[in-house]
Amino acid sequence: MSSDADEGAPAPPVDQVRTGLVGSLRSHLGTAVLETEVANGDVWVRLERAAWSKAAGVLRNELGMDYFCFLSGLDWMANPGLSGEKVWDPDGGVSLDEEGGDEVAEEPAGSHHTGVAGGDSRFQVFARVYSTGEKVGITLKADLDEADPRIGSWVAVYRGADWHEREAWEMYGFTFDGHPGLRHMYLPSDFEGHPMRKDFPLLAREVKPWPGLVDVEAMPGEEAGEGEGTEG
Amino acid sequence: MAVSTEWQKAAYVAAQAADARVHVELETEGMTLNIGPQHPATHGTLRIVVRLDGEQVVWAEPVAGYMHRGYEKLCEVRTYPQVTTLINRIDWLGHFANEVPFILAAEQLMGIEAPPRAQWIRTIFFEMARIANITLFLGDMGVQLGAITPIFFAFRDREHVLNLMEAATGGRFHPNYDRIGGLKDDLPRGWVEECKTAMKKMRGFCDEIEDLLMGNEIFQERTRGIGVIPPAVGLEYGLSGANIRASGVDFDIRRDEPSPLAYKSCDWKVWTHPDGDSFARYWVRLQEVRESTKIVDQLLESLPAGSIQAKVPRIIKVPAGEAWAHTENPLGEMGYYVVSKGGLGPFRVKIRTPSFSNVSIVPWLLRGVYVPDVITILASLYFILGDIDR
Repeated sequence: MSSDADEGAPAPPVDQVRTGLVGSLRSHLGTAVLETEVANGDVWVRLERAAWSKAAGVLRNELGMDYFCFLSGLDWMANPGLSGEKVWDPDGGVSLDEEGGDEVAEEPAGSHHTGVAGGDSRFQVFARVYSTGEKVGITLKADLDEADPRIGSWVAVYRGADWHEREAWEMYGFTFDGHPGLRHMYLPSDFEGHPMRKDFPLLAREVKPWPGLVDVEAMPGEEAGEGEGTEG
Repeated sequence: MAVSTEWQKAAYVAAQAADARVHVELETEGMTLNIGPQHPATHGTLRIVVRLDGEQVVWAEPVAGYMHRGYEKLCEVRTYPQVTTLINRIDWLGHFANEVPFILAAEQLMGIEAPPRAQWIRTIFFEMARIANITLFLGDMGVQLGAITPIFFAFRDREHVLNLMEAATGGRFHPNYDRIGGLKDDLPRGWVEECKTAMKKMRGFCDEIEDLLMGNEIFQERTRGIGVIPPAVGLEYGLSGANIRASGVDFDIRRDEPSPLAYKSCDWKVWTHPDGDSFARYWVRLQEVRESTKIVDQLLESLPAGSIQAKVPRIIKVPAGEAWAHTENPLGEMGYYVVSKGGLGPFRVKIRTPSFSNVSIVPWLLRGVYVPDVITILASLYFILGDIDR
C-alpha cells in the first residue's frame, strides 16, 4: 500500500505511466489515434472508427490490458429537458425550459459539444479497460456516424464485451459488426426505439414535471440569491 | 411465456426445430429447463434458460431485465444530490457502498474533497455495507446446498450492522447518507462503542459459519472443483471483486487505486485463493468480512475530530467535464462515469456494476456442469439483480 507513488497529489506535473501508454498506443495504431488527454490520473484516447477492433487486440495483447471494465455509448445531442442543463436562475426560480428547443438553438446545428478527447459526431462509443498488472486504466472513444452508427465488435478479444455491446445496441441503437448475436438485454424483444438516446422522451416527465426540483428553490426566509454563496 | 406476436410464434417454431435437430445429432433426450425468474439462488428475478443433455448443461443463457429500472436515464433528469437516492437501490444489500463512487466522481469534477473525518466515516460505513452484504451471502450459500441453519445465523447477525446503520443514518437499507463534500450527519453519541461490540460479534459470526460449513464434507464435495474460472477468462469477462480474487488474481481497487477514502491509513490484507472454484469464492468472501471488521476497528480507533462537511455551495453545480470514479464494492468493481455539462444534474451517467459483468460469464461457466451444480455456481458467483439490471 505504501509503495504507491502514484498520483496521490492533485495535478502531478507529468503522468509518466499514462503518457507512455499513449505513446505505445500511437506506435501500434499510428494515425488512427486522433486525440488524447491525460488528466486527473486518467487517460482518454479517441480513435478512428476503423481501428476500434484492432485497438482492442493491441490493448489486450501488447499493452497488457487484461481486465475489461465496460463499454457503452454517449449521445451528445443537447436536450435541456433531459440533459441536466437545468437552468437555475436566482431571481426567476427554477425553469425546466418548458418551451423546449431554446437551448438547442444556442448550439449551432450539426455541431455537438463533445467532451474529453473531442469528437465531432452526435454518437460516440466509449469503453474502458484496465491492466491488473500495471494498475492503470484507459478510456477509449470513437465517433460514430449518426445515420448508421456502426462499429467493429470487441467480443473476439474481450468476451465480456458481449453483454455490454448488446446493451449499447439496445439503448443507443449502435451496431457492432462481428458480434455473435445482438438481441435485447433488458427490454421486451418487440420494443421499438433506443431509450438512452437524448431524443427518446422520458414519459414520466412528460406527464408530470419532476417534483424534486423543489430542492433547488430558495429556502423559506432565505434571500433568493443566497444559495449561490459558499456556506458550510 | 405467452406466445403473442407473429415474431414470437416464428421464434417458437424455430426453437422447436432446433430442439429436434439436437435430438438427432446427440441421439439423446434433450430438455430445456427454465430456472427462475423467481428462484432463491437469484437475489431478485433472473431467469436462466438451460439446455440439458441428460444431467449435463449443453448451453445456458441468463435472461435479465425483469428488474430494469432505467437508472442511467433517470440520473439525467435529477440534480446531483438527488441521484444518491436512486443509486442506493442498485445493489440493495450493499446500499451505502453504491453512493460513494458517485459522490467521489462529483467531488472529482468539482475539485473538492471531504474533510478527513467524513472520509473516515465513509470508509467505516462502506465496510459495514460490505459486512452486511456478504454476511447474507455466507448464509445463503448454505441454503443452496440444503443447509438451513447458516441463513438464520446470517439474518440474526446482520441485524447488528443494520441497526448501527439505522442509528446513524435513519435508514436500514437505504441510508442516503453520503453528500457531495461530506456526510449528512455526524455519528450519534455512543455509536463508536456500539460499533466495536458489533464488529466483535461479526467476527464471532465468521468463526461460527466457518465451523458450521467449511469443514462440512457435503459442503466441500459440492463446492470443491465446481465452477472453476481461470484467471485470464475471468478478467476477459470483466469479473471483479471476490470472484476474480478467488481465481488468484491479486486485484483490489481499495488498495490498487488512489482514492480519498481512508484505506491507506490502516493495515489489512487482500485475500486471494488459487483454486477459482465455488469453494474458493466462498472462502475469499469469508476472509473479506474478517478483514472488513478489522478495517472498521482500526478506523474507529483513529477517527479524526473535526468537521464532516467541506464548504460547498448550497445549490450544487458541477463544472463541465468527465470523471470516472470506482470503488471495490461488496460485489466487485463499481464505477460511475459521470459526464457534466456544468448544470445542476449530470448529462450522462454510465453505471458500471459488478454483477452485470460477473453474470456475463454464466453461459461460459455453466457449459458441461451438472444440474444441481448450476445452483451452487450461481450462488457462489453472488450477484444482486438490482446490480445487473440497474
